[in-house]
Amino acid sequence: MRSFARLYADIDATTSTNRKVAAMADYFSTAAPADAAWAVYFLAGGRPKRLIPVRRLATWAMEESRVPDWLFEESYHAIGDLAETIALVLPERVDDGDAHGGLSVPLHEWVERRILPLGEMTEAEQRETVLAAWRELSGTERYIWNKLITGAFRVGVSEQLVVRALSRASGVDEGVIAHRIGGRWLPTPEGFSALVASDEADADESRPYPFYLAYALEDELPALGEPADWQAEWKWDGIRAQVIRRGGRTYIWSRGGELVTDRFPELVAAAERLPDGTALDGEIMPWSGGVALPFAQLQRRIGRKKLGPKILSEVPVVLVTYDLLELAGRDLRDEPLLERRRLLEALLSDANTWPDQTFIPSPIVHMATWDDAVAAQAASRERRAEGLMLKRRDSAYGVGRRKGSWWKWKVQPFSVDAVMIYAQPGHGRRALLHTDYTFAVRDGDALVPFAKAYSGLTDAEIRTLDAWIRRHTVEKFGPVRHVEPVQVFELAFEGIQRSSRHKSGVAVRFPRIARWRTDKPASEIDTLDTLRALIRAHE
Amino acid sequence: MLTVTQSGLYCPAAGIYIDPWSPVDRAVITHAHGDHARWGSRHYLASRAGERVLRTRLGTDASIELVDYGQPVDVNGVSVTLVPAGHILGSAQVRLEHRGEVWVVSGDYKTEPDPTCAPFEVVRCHTFVTESTFGLPIYTWRPQTEVFAELLDWWRDNAAEGRASVVYGYALGKAQRILAGVLGAEIGPIYTHGAVERLTQDYRDAGVSLPLTTPVVTMPRGTSFAGSLIVAPPSAAGSTWLRRFGNYSTAFASGWMRVRGARRRRALDRGFVLSDHVDWPSLMNTVDATGAECVWVTHGYREPVARYLEERGLRTSAIASQWEGEGEGDDDAGAGEETTS
Repeated sequence: MRSFARLYADIDATTSTNRKVAAMADYFSTAAPADAAWAVYFLAGGRPKRLIPVRRLATWAMEESRVPDWLFEESYHAIGDLAETIALVLPERVDDGDAHGGLSVPLHEWVERRILPLGEMTEAEQRETVLAAWRELSGTERYIWNKLITGAFRVGVSEQLVVRALSRASGVDEGVIAHRIGGRWLPTPEGFSALVASDEADADESRPYPFYLAYALEDELPALGEPADWQAEWKWDGIRAQVIRRGGRTYIWSRGGELVTDRFPELVAAAERLPDGTALDGEIMPWSGGVALPFAQLQRRIGRKKLGPKILSEVPVVLVTYDLLELAGRDLRDEPLLERRRLLEALLSDANTWPDQTFIPSPIVHMATWDDAVAAQAASRERRAEGLMLKRRDSAYGVGRRKGSWWKWKVQPFSVDAVMIYAQPGHGRRALLHTDYTFAVRDGDALVPFAKAYSGLTDAEIRTLDAWIRRHTVEKFGPVRHVEPVQVFELAFEGIQRSSRHKSGVAVRFPRIARWRTDKPASEIDTLDTLRALIRAHE
Repeated sequence: MLTVTQSGLYCPAAGIYIDPWSPVDRAVITHAHGDHARWGSRHYLASRAGERVLRTRLGTDASIELVDYGQPVDVNGVSVTLVPAGHILGSAQVRLEHRGEVWVVSGDYKTEPDPTCAPFEVVRCHTFVTESTFGLPIYTWRPQTEVFAELLDWWRDNAAEGRASVVYGYALGKAQRILAGVLGAEIGPIYTHGAVERLTQDYRDAGVSLPLTTPVVTMPRGTSFAGSLIVAPPSAAGSTWLRRFGNYSTAFASGWMRVRGARRRRALDRGFVLSDHVDWPSLMNTVDATGAECVWVTHGYREPVARYLEERGLRTSAIASQWEGEGEGDDDAGAGEETTS
């Protein structure tokens, strides 16, 4: 546990990607495979199923520290992180070296003997195990323990950085490790050894390819050269996914690395007609009568635990297919896009095989000149797309986010001016500051809250606003402060639709602060009618 | 004895304000930080120990009456005594006695030892006015010997890798406490930001023993800072002033560093939990030790502290100040480096 805690502290203590990777690589090359396996599992975002409700931990921590519940709540509101609050209110461990031996117990024993069994224990047994751990651990270790057992362990590294560190520690190519880690592997010594094995001919049949991602367009279009060298497609707003057909079975992977096969029975049914050894990359979209449905419909479907016939008929999905990564078991990623596209169309255009149009090649946007692209981009909302994708026709399918051959070019967001009416302290790196804001528009004499936003201000603006909030609080409800309706902000958002679940009757998508309008009085903010008009314009 | 006015705490019998936030006729100043020592009053009463730093703050022409710790002064029949508060050089608690009634205003204080100032003294009183900057049970300080050992390890590791170590701490008080804490370490040279150097000299003039420091500004262009320790105010973070140090690591010494988010949002390499304020257990112990039956709570987490004491049978009151110290907001947004941590 000690060396894992040190690794965590090293990662947490630096903002440099290189130092994070170096710290992980160092750990992976010195740790026992049994420990390294669990470290990879947790660092790459793996979570054991909820073993113990965090609220139960809070109760025990209050008992152990003799802090009354209301004071614990105050502390939690100040920090915004329950596991951290618990770690900090508990009495400091008496520094007895490591008398209990907890720190020298290796990570895999902590996980396998004390963490994973929690799920099977009675509450009394859980309490005993947890209190013992708290007494044995201190500071960072205690915090990590709390995070691990509540399935909320997170540290500032991505799977990609873990892959890079594994590659540096083992000498195995990054792409190979990304491929292995993206599939199914077990956090065992054997699993770890397989991740970093130098023999690279081990393709597990279920594994997806690492997704290739585009950067936001930075330059003017002419800087890209000739339009003829580029393929333009709509940028769809659904769930990016790969559909894999191998060994007579189908696997659907989300970009987040989740296996979501069961969620999309219509895609599974259609995939039976794909030849063995096929990998498609595309966007799962709610689709009906040849057009996209609003994203909110897909959300409605994702939200369901059980997919009944009603929701399946109301929100059918298709795979708008961008790319063909594998055909007849052959990896096509190094082929030029032009060739992959030709093969993709040949595979999917046979109307006899595909009468139901469940796999649709992503429509190509006609573009003879850059002006055509500008016009198409401006009209993308009409198709419920959020902009254009530009891909070089000679481009390979890369790994991760790389600059140069694929660009995304999103439409300008919607925007309105609104006034802040509530504020509450943030979480994580925004702890102790009011950073979560609720905004309202005007409806006659009333102010109607319609959006929450957490991002878009600079650190300096956040501090200034925090100081203002503390001095202009009208009322406090727990952590939430009702503030004087004075501060006006321009909010940007990606989508807007009617909603019966919101008091305003309006739901916006990805709201964030575009600008602090210190120049604008609250009397001049936008109205609920403005929002309704935006909805009507886009229905 | 005291009332809360538009300008802050006021003693009508004596006709004096304590740390007023707007100009008044007579002000008693607990210490020289910007949120306690404000310009513009006609007469000030302050501790002799803090003379130099207070002059640096209020200017040479301010009318300041200096008194030694423990020496009562009669102000219109009220006996006013300044008692060491252990916060920074010259910091004082204000003891007021009138017709057998004793009140003590703590100002900012800590009970941990600090070689740069006189140690905090407990004063028995009927009513205790306490600060509450870190008045939540999540704020418990580990022994400062451990914290300084961490700081020295960090400096040593950086030096071994050819990096400079930039540590941020408030220019008045924290910076000198850091310097005193690394006295005799001899890992490498120590440089200071201008704002820190001036006050450090004030400390030396007052007889505080500190290591040799060199102002960064006196070094010629192209100087290598590898292996050195640089003490700077928090306002230097993210500024172009840092460029000259080449490869460097950053740290902040503050009680707020106890919370992970506060470290992370400043994009610091390290946070050292080193505070010049009382932590939760010391706050509670101090209140007990004063024997006060009534406690006023100001500057910080007023309401939780007041409620907690109330539940323990004390009469309390949460006193609003212009400086809503609660949370972290104004420790670096309000009066910038002048306020404390």
